[in-house]
Amino acid sequence: MSVATPTRSNPRHSRSSTSSRGHTTAFGILGVLGELLITVGVLLLAFLVWQLWWTDVVGNRAQAEIVQELDWDVAPTAPTPDATEGPTEPVGPVVAAPRRDEPPVAAEPDHATTFATIRVPRWAGEPERPISQGVERESVLDVLGIGHYPGTAMPGAVGNFAMAGHRTTYAKPFNRVAELQTGDPLVVRTAETWYVYRVTSTEVVTPAQTEVVAPVPGDPGAAPTERFITLTTCHPMFSARERFIVHGTLDYWAPVADGIPAELVGGA
Amino acid sequence: MYGWLWRHLPGPAPVRAAILTVAALAVLAACFLWVFPAIAPFMPFNDTTVGEG
Repeated sequence: MSVATPTRSNPRHSRSSTSSRGHTTAFGILGVLGELLITVGVLLLAFLVWQLWWTDVVGNRAQAEIVQELDWDVAPTAPTPDATEGPTEPVGPVVAAPRRDEPPVAAEPDHATTFATIRVPRWAGEPERPISQGVERESVLDVLGIGHYPGTAMPGAVGNFAMAGHRTTYAKPFNRVAELQTGDPLVVRTAETWYVYRVTSTEVVTPAQTEVVAPVPGDPGAAPTERFITLTTCHPMFSARERFIVHGTLDYWAPVADGIPAELVGGA
Repeated sequence: MYGWLWRHLPGPAPVRAAILTVAALAVLAACFLWVFPAIAPFMPFNDTTVGEG
């Protein structure tokens, strides 16, 4: 800096230079302090860019890759080709018939294993998101996307299939959770089965209210008879003060080999 | 601080500017790759779970 120059050019042993040197040192320290503060400010801005934008870029890429690497059978997209029939046969997705008998339920997988995906037609434009075991941030929520609360029900089971996901940052799989309305389908898929849940209610709770992920949401001691689904995420956005909770129940299930759920036909 | 750095870098002004730009980018890359991921868990937002949160 220019203020530092006189120190070097001034002779050392003159009387007037002592006080000027003191001033110069003070200005020098102030200058360094100012530059440090500016540097910290720039780094804080860079942190915001990283947190609010870059984690989404990386997360979306990683989660799309995870879904792709599942390499699950694709549901039949056209009726079984029958060459003798004319072009009257409409070509399009086969809609699976809803089944409301006992659905197949998988065992809980190991920590950080991706075992399901979720699609929400209400969130048009959102990709299919992977669901993995565990709700730890470093190993699941920040890197794999949506996490399944260990010990809660698996998809289709009697009890509460409870999940957590980021609402902001890290690809924000639950970003649009507040758009959900009662009756909206939540389509969960495992390797061989579709589970179509429907939203029954949403609520805002404190982080300590673990009863929302109880087998019967809101009633920790009760024995479940229904098949619930629960999503938890942060609320308000960019805050950890409260949690936004979505509850739903299973509407029906269908084998993937039978086609795709009617809810996913035409978009999603 | 930056003035001292500028005076102690070798070469003509364009070379010094280039060195400083590369250094700044390197610092930024290190932040994105290691520093920010390391401090993010201590930030008071982003908690999505009930219970331990």
